[in-house]
Formats: sequence, C-alpha cells, structure tokens
Amino acid sequence: MMDVAIAFKNVTKSFVQANGSRNVVLDGVDFKILSGRTTVIAGGSGQGKSVTLKLILGLMQPDSGEIYVHDKNIVGIGGGALERLRSKFGVLFQGSALFDSMTVFDNVALPLRERTDLGEEEIRKKVQKTLEELELGGTDDRYPAQLSGGMRKRVGLARALQLDPEIMLFDEPTTGLDPVMTQDIYQLFAATQKQVGFTSVIVSHDIPRVLNLADQVILLNDGKIDVFNSPEEIQWSDKEHIRHFVKTTMGQIYQSRLVEI
Amino acid sequence: MQNNPVTKLGNNGLYVLEDLGRMGIFLLQAIRGIFKTPFRFRECLKQIHFIGAGSLAVIFFTAISTGMVLGLQGYYSLSKFGAEGMLGSAVSLTLIMELGPVLTALMVAGRAGSAMCAELGIMRISEQIDALDCMAIDPFRYMISPKFVAALLSVPLLTAVFDVVGIAGGYIAGVHLMGVNPGSYIDGMQSSVTNHDIRLGFIKSIVFALLVVWISTGRGYFVRQIRGAGFGAESVSKVTTQAVVLSSISVLVFDYLLTAVLL
Repeated sequence: MMDVAIAFKNVTKSFVQANGSRNVVLDGVDFKILSGRTTVIAGGSGQGKSVTLKLILGLMQPDSGEIYVHDKNIVGIGGGALERLRSKFGVLFQGSALFDSMTVFDNVALPLRERTDLGEEEIRKKVQKTLEELELGGTDDRYPAQLSGGMRKRVGLARALQLDPEIMLFDEPTTGLDPVMTQDIYQLFAATQKQVGFTSVIVSHDIPRVLNLADQVILLNDGKIDVFNSPEEIQWSDKEHIRHFVKTTMGQIYQSRLVEI
Repeated sequence: MQNNPVTKLGNNGLYVLEDLGRMGIFLLQAIRGIFKTPFRFRECLKQIHFIGAGSLAVIFFTAISTGMVLGLQGYYSLSKFGAEGMLGSAVSLTLIMELGPVLTALMVAGRAGSAMCAELGIMRISEQIDALDCMAIDPFRYMISPKFVAALLSVPLLTAVFDVVGIAGGYIAGVHLMGVNPGSYIDGMQSSVTNHDIRLGFIKSIVFALLVVWISTGRGYFVRQIRGAGFGAESVSKVTTQAVVLSSISVLVFDYLLTAVLL
C-alpha cells in the first residue's frame, strides 16, 4: 500500500463576501494524495484550487476538519512546527514570486543562505549545478524582469528545489506561457520528479494538457470534489457535472480524434 | 439589510477592531523579529542608509527653512515686547520640543514610509511574502524588523540634526538678518534649554519613529486585507497614500498626547 503524503478529512472552508453572505469554497472535502505520485487538482475559476494549496501550506486555516501531512494534523499549528512543516514543501507560484530586486543567483541561493549552514562556496556550486540542469546557465547576474516567462518559471523551480523538498506544489505553473513553452515546462516537471522523487501536487486549469502528468486527478466543483485514480477515469464518469466538465474541457480531443479516424 | 445604518455601523466597528488587532499582532511580531537569530546586520545597515542617510538632504532643507522662519517670526513677535534677546531661547525650545521631532517624523513618513509601504505592498501582491513564508523564512526577521531597528535608530539622530540645523537657521535669520545680539541668542538658548526638554524631544522622536515604521510597513503587509483598497497596482497606490496620511495624523495626535503627559 502506498504512503499518504497529504490527507484532507471533512475539510470546510468558506469566505464572507462583500454583501455579508458566505461563499463555501470547500464543503466537507475528503481526499488523499499519495507519496511520490503526481496529483492534479483541477476545476474552474473560484472553485477553491488555490485555497486548497494555501490550506496545505498552513497559509490559511480551515473552518473545520483535519489536514494531515505525513500523518500529522497541521490544523492550528504555528511557530517552529509550522516552519518544520513548510521546510518539507517546495512551491512554484503562479507568478513565480521571484524577488525582483535580487539577481537569479541570489533568488536561487536565498533558501540555502537562510535555512542551511552551507558556506558561500558550497552554495555557489549547488546553485550553479541546479541552474545548469534547468538550462539556466549564464543567467546568474540577470534580474527576473530581464527573463522570459518560461525562464522565470524555471528559476522559481530551481529555488523551490534547493532544500530537497518532499512535496512540490505547483500553483497554475503554465499560466501566461505559450503551448510550446507549456509543454517544455511539463516535461521539465516530469523529468525533475523522476530524478528527485518528490510528491507532486499541480493546481491547474490547463485541461487536458496537464492530465498527461497526472497519476491522480481531483476535480473541484461547487465546494465538492471528485477523485479519479487516472485521467481516463474522468471520461467514464456518468455524473452530470463531470460529463459537462469533460465536454467543455476535453471535447476538442474527441472531435479531432474522430476527424483523424 | 446591508444598507441598514446600524448594520453598517456594526460592520465598520468590527472592521476597525479587526484592523487594530491585526496591526497589534503585526507590531509584536516585528519586535520579536528584532531578537530572532540569525540577525540581519547588513539589512539593518542598508535600511539605516535608506531611512537615515537618504533623508539627510530633505531634513537639512526643512530644518534650515523652519529655523529661519522661526527666527524671523520670533523676532517680529518678541520685538513687540522689546524681548528680542529671548529669540535664541524661543527658537531652540520650539525646535527641540516640538518642531524637530514632528517635522522630522513627517518628512520620514513622506520619504521613507511611503517607500517601505509600497515595497511591502508590491511584495505581497506578487506573492514574494508568501514565497518567504513557504520557504520557512520569517518575513519579519528577514525584512520588516530591520526596518524597525533602522527607523528607531535613524529618526532620533535625524531629529538631532534637524534641531541643530534649525537653531543655526534661526541664528542666521535673527542675528545676521535682523541684527539680534549673537551673545544673547546663544546665551538665551543655553540658559533655557534643560535636559528635560531634550529628553522630551528624544522620547517624541522614538515614539514617532515607531508609529511611522509600524503604520507604513503594516499597511503594505496587509494590502489585501484593507477594505476598499481594491486590487493590484491600485491597491498599493491607495494603501501607500493611506500609510502616509495615517502616519502623519498619528504623529500629530501623539505629539499632543506626549506633550500633555510629559511636559
């Protein structure tokens, strides 16, 4: 049986809207994310994908329910325990979240300088190695504003990988990238995961392309979730909202295949 | 229901309480961050350079013009009673106890406070602060507490510079332009200014520094939670304006309170 990296048990999260009413984003949600596998969390805008990531990272607290990371309930933890929890994670943000006043080298070196006792020479070697592996050699002295969108994503990935995370969280990793660049980034994720062996959680609306990476898919819809153990399972579902999701996001695939046949 | 005035009043009251609580916790975290290891000496020096050395020019020009205006106005008023000899005393006491700390804090709020607020606001909306949190790097220790240390060290020193330059400005206007006796200007200052007056100015400058850095960094840090700020670049611009206005008003209110309590 596979280890469970992250588990949500009956998690509810809601927000008060400007008119005073409550918007329930997650309504008693249960799911498990398996270690060493890739889980894609998909759903339309405002369905709670990013909220789910923030709950996992302890950046937000649920209204009720329990969230386990490696069998430890993380709801309500703070201080040193929260810092230890976060040191297990690597995060690639939607906008890369690079420090725009720092060079590429300083961005990638930051977690090593702040979180380890490594000397500057060791840090330089480790950072250079990662930059070269991610085809970013020669960009050390550049600032994030001088890089393309795809390069910024790779720098973000390089930074996230510095502390050898057990779990990598990707928040809309291909937003703003063209299809070729998107494909390159997905290939890079898959190759890096194979090499490092982290658990990968990808929040994305880039359906169906992101499903090529997925071992497991979690679909968020109106506060409820549906878990599929493979991308193919989604297409077999007889639930009305899933069929609608398939039709609106994957319809083109069937059409083009039919045309090809 | 939402337009009911009682509901609106209640909602606004709750928002103010929530905001005060948020800012109170922020202040405690920033103070705790000062003592968290490893210390960020280099960042503190960078911020002292920005808040302190970077504000010297604006402080100098504000101080010299304020001192000269005080010299002229003081001469005009005192000469009505034949008390021009008291000019040194009037200028120095006004500067040391009131105008030095207040105007220095207002200048720092306008120049450095706005910049600190905008910097943190942009870091918040571009997820850079979230990134620090996710790397388990405490944003308070890393970049907010050094700003507190720098402001608490720089503002009293800038106030001292303001006082000296202002007194010199008063001397130029009073002695060189209006013909007041230089000996009586210096002697009046020496005989009337006491340690208590200097201590009052010093305490004010420390309190004002804390208010300016707290409000400026806090508004930027909480840019997303501030009601009516909107989103994106507009939100940063609005909270930056709000930070400068709130800092300035707080400085003026606390100036009265401190004067009333400590005088």
